[in-house]
Amino acid sequence: MSRKSTVNFSNNVDLNQKLAKRRWKSQVGRFFFRMTLIASLLALLMLAYNILNRAFTTVAIEDTVNPTELSEIPLAELEKAELLLILGDYLSSNQLRILIFERILGAPREDWSDLNTQTLSAIIEVGQYPEDWGTMLVSELEPQQILALLGQGLSQELLVSIVEEKVVEERVVQVWTLTETVFNWQGIEAQVATLYPTTRLEFRFWLNTDFLMTAMHSQPELSGLRTAILGSLWLMTITAAFAFPVGVSAALYLEEYAADTPMNRIIQLNIANLAGVPSIIYGILGLIVFVRAMGFLTNGRTILSAGLTLGLLILPIIIISTQEAIRAVPTSLRQASYGMGATRWQMIYTVLFPKALPGILTGTILSLSRAFGETAPLIVVGSITRITADPQGPLSRFTAIPIQIYTWTAQPQDAFRSAAAAAILVLVVTLLVFNSVAIILRNRYS
Amino acid sequence: MTVLTKEIQQQQASIYREYVMELCNLDVYYGNFHAVRDVNMKIESNKITALIGPSGCGKSTVLRCMNRMNDLVKNSRVEGEVLFQGFDLYDARIDPVQVRQRIGMVFQKPNPFPKSIFDNVAYGLRLLGERNRDVLHHVVEQSLKRAALWDEVKGNLKRSGLSLSGGQQQRLCIARTIAIKPEVILMDEPCSALDPIATLKIEDLMRELKEEYTIVIVTHNMQQAARVSDYTAFMMMGEGLDGEIDESRAGELAEFDRTDIIFNNPSNQRTSDYIKGRFG
Ligand SMILES: Nc1ncnc2c1ncn2[C@@H]1O[C@H](COP(=O)(O)OP(=O)(O)OP(=O)(O)O)[C@@H](O)[C@H]1O
Ligand SMILES: [Mg+2]
Repeated sequence: MSRKSTVNFSNNVDLNQKLAKRRWKSQVGRFFFRMTLIASLLALLMLAYNILNRAFTTVAIEDTVNPTELSEIPLAELEKAELLLILGDYLSSNQLRILIFERILGAPREDWSDLNTQTLSAIIEVGQYPEDWGTMLVSELEPQQILALLGQGLSQELLVSIVEEKVVEERVVQVWTLTETVFNWQGIEAQVATLYPTTRLEFRFWLNTDFLMTAMHSQPELSGLRTAILGSLWLMTITAAFAFPVGVSAALYLEEYAADTPMNRIIQLNIANLAGVPSIIYGILGLIVFVRAMGFLTNGRTILSAGLTLGLLILPIIIISTQEAIRAVPTSLRQASYGMGATRWQMIYTVLFPKALPGILTGTILSLSRAFGETAPLIVVGSITRITADPQGPLSRFTAIPIQIYTWTAQPQDAFRSAAAAAILVLVVTLLVFNSVAIILRNRYS
Repeated sequence: MTVLTKEIQQQQASIYREYVMELCNLDVYYGNFHAVRDVNMKIESNKITALIGPSGCGKSTVLRCMNRMNDLVKNSRVEGEVLFQGFDLYDARIDPVQVRQRIGMVFQKPNPFPKSIFDNVAYGLRLLGERNRDVLHHVVEQSLKRAALWDEVKGNLKRSGLSLSGGQQQRLCIARTIAIKPEVILMDEPCSALDPIATLKIEDLMRELKEEYTIVIVTHNMQQAARVSDYTAFMMMGEGLDGEIDESRAGELAEFDRTDIIFNNPSNQRTSDYIKGRFG
């Protein structure tokens, strides 16, 4: 409110003096509140700066083998046979075998030694190769045989990307942040000229489609978030499928059916307390209950175990927010329904539930967004970070976006920090979407 | 579990044709608070009975006892009998859901469901399991006509009930109530949120409805009670020892008689004081 005029239309001196004092107090209050707001905005800005500074970088790239040494024409235009020849020239038979496991079978690293001791027919269907190969052990296959299998099992595009990755082996040798790029370009160029004369400089936004579509890799520039994104999606599905119905039913019971007994009040109090229990405790609970005790159902450290653990974590929040949404339904509506001769259940599903649903959904979405960013319980329940295979279902092993961020920030290579920044962007944008949906729901229906 | 079987109903109906409801020694408590004391009253069928009295004397409480809506209030306790066609509504074997189907209620504040007009009126029938579109349509039209709302809304029954004006909403609530054909309609200050014209419309409606239904109405409007009701019950806060009115005491029924007698020739001094506007 602007207050330009200072015309006194009261002659009461005492009152006018008091008024000045009252105004002064509100001025102080306004100043203080504004400062706290500015401080928190600054903190947010710093965070955003840090992330973006790492997500947009200049990278110095070096090829282990120059593509022009491999062929005269661009790699992408080569035939399958030519690509296989290059692979045969540059890779050991062991590396080639790993390509079978990794690219054709999509098997995780820990299974590779196991696969080595099997017969070929046990891992690849007969018919794709001469029959007499079938009885050979995988470890006994000749490079020529492996190349034939690769040519059979992989498309030309995949072979091109394998050649680029394994033979050309682009490597990021150094990363410069956005600030350095903008303010110290000459310095970067000078540094490159003296330290890495054979490299080329490239500006890189780490959050690109390749990043979203490829799996984890031991090299930062080849790493992607695919496995983690799929893992997080699976987790959220299971978490919601478990926590929503259970939480809403519990809240309905507490609000509409439970009598006001001391016992129920204790339960209510405990639910409120559970909402404040640190998430790692839920991780331990999940480890004991879902991974160990119910391991025969959940298959141990799987998406199912972790999803249920996260479900437990957000259950109290869903219960409490649902109770609030139910309490916000005007008594007059309940009375109207009961007055028409509705049973309790009819009142609930014809009036109470539809009216409370937007509020319930808002609470659920907000709690899901909390679960989406949770890391500690997943570490305890046992997500694995070096996993390249897409999760196949609730009983698969998994990784999730926050877990990837956590792992990447702990890696020695600088470039992993940029991959982590890109993953953080994915996380933050997803959370923003979650929260906007919640806000829209709340504004539209209440 | 219906106790009110057809046969007994008919038998009872002949006996209680005149008095459809009877309150005997009704006492209501909210926790420790004694809200209503020793009310005795007979409600004649096809008549309008008005409950008047100062604020807080327990009119709404008595009304809510007549279809067990007081069950919904935590800590409330009812003693005495509320007879409906000879059955005590507070008998353990009586299902309150059934009671409320036969004794409908219209509230002080119009409270249509946040649904379409059609769904509002069809609500009660759907609760009973009626799914036939034709039946529903027929009943909705009949009820809206009875509630004098049909002409105003017939163009678009899909409109939200909440988009109507206050007076229309209240008539919608009445339509909703009569759609399930209750025998008694309880109305708690149905016109208090309405303007005089809407009020007159509802009063006309009540006069028409009493041909088929028995109506009990709570009102603060003396003229309204005088205009529409056949019987009037005057409730009061109880008297203390020295004859002073004590706000903390239970409400009591001070006088109950034909409306013209209550308004023209009351036997109780406090009744005439109240009606003439000397207190309350
Ligand atoms: N749910 C409740 N819990 C506790 N006390 C209540 C409750 N409802 C009503 N009372 C008390 O019971 C007494 C009678 O209330 P009631 O609502 O029946 O009065 P009323 O005559 O309808 O008043 P008004 O004309 O203002 O509507 C009041 O003293 C009130 O405070
Ligand atoms: Mg009242």
